[in-house]
Amino acid sequence: MMDRLTDTLNFQAQALTLRSERQRLIASNIANADTPGYVAREMDFAAALREATGAATPGNQMLATRPGHIAPAAGAVSEAGLKYATPSQTNLDRNTVDMDRERAAFADNAVHYEATLRFINGSVRTMLSAITGQ
Amino acid sequence: MSMLSIFNVSGSAVSAQSQRLNVVASNLANADTVAGPDGQAYKARQVVFQTVPFGQAGQPATAAGVQVSQVTEDQTAGRRVLDPKHPQADADGYVTYSNVNAVEEMVNMISASRSYQNNLEVMNTAKTLLLKTLQLGQGG
Repeated sequence: MMDRLTDTLNFQAQALTLRSERQRLIASNIANADTPGYVAREMDFAAALREATGAATPGNQMLATRPGHIAPAAGAVSEAGLKYATPSQTNLDRNTVDMDRERAAFADNAVHYEATLRFINGSVRTMLSAITGQ
Repeated sequence: MSMLSIFNVSGSAVSAQSQRLNVVASNLANADTVAGPDGQAYKARQVVFQTVPFGQAGQPATAAGVQVSQVTEDQTAGRRVLDPKHPQADADGYVTYSNVNAVEEMVNMISASRSYQNNLEVMNTAKTLLLKTLQLGQGG
């Protein structure tokens, strides 16, 4: 019964973790905007969330078919979720960070992060009012 | 808490950019220097940035900071001006000034200051989000 109570929260928690992961990724891109040769990374959020919630098996996950094989760590973000950004304008120092896009993605991700926080707060409040029965 | 390492990432970038601003400042200050303490004209300096992965070993590097790997000196010849009355003039009457290009340095300064501001804003946003995360479930 208790696990069913927190079932909806689990999904939101996964989404929140991925959002913070993406926020960190974009922060790294912005930090490296002037580093020569740096290649910008971007997260396919929908695919990463499907993978994290178990709705889809990651394409390139290691299989452990024999006793000696090392099983992939639980909760590890696979490289499949991380993609390389295509530069809209080429740069002489081979840096592919597009500052306009990164800033937009950062703002977008911050808003989505806050939205997820509000969803969690909302379901917590709903559950609390159901428990207190008022 | 993966968001906490944003402060490491952006902090390293802010520190690297401030080092770049420092170098620009010393270049601009020495734009009209004739000879340094070693008898040589000042050479323009340039920082070289390098990516530092912050993640744990074996995990894909989603957190990448910046560091200044080296400070290079521009080895091109300095500006030579004919001024026979100058005390530092050579036998032909030429004075060798530093090889600082003021326009390039100004552009460098604007770029460094914009990057600095960008990283500060990233940190501010991350701080706001983290503070809101701390209030999670308090009915706010």
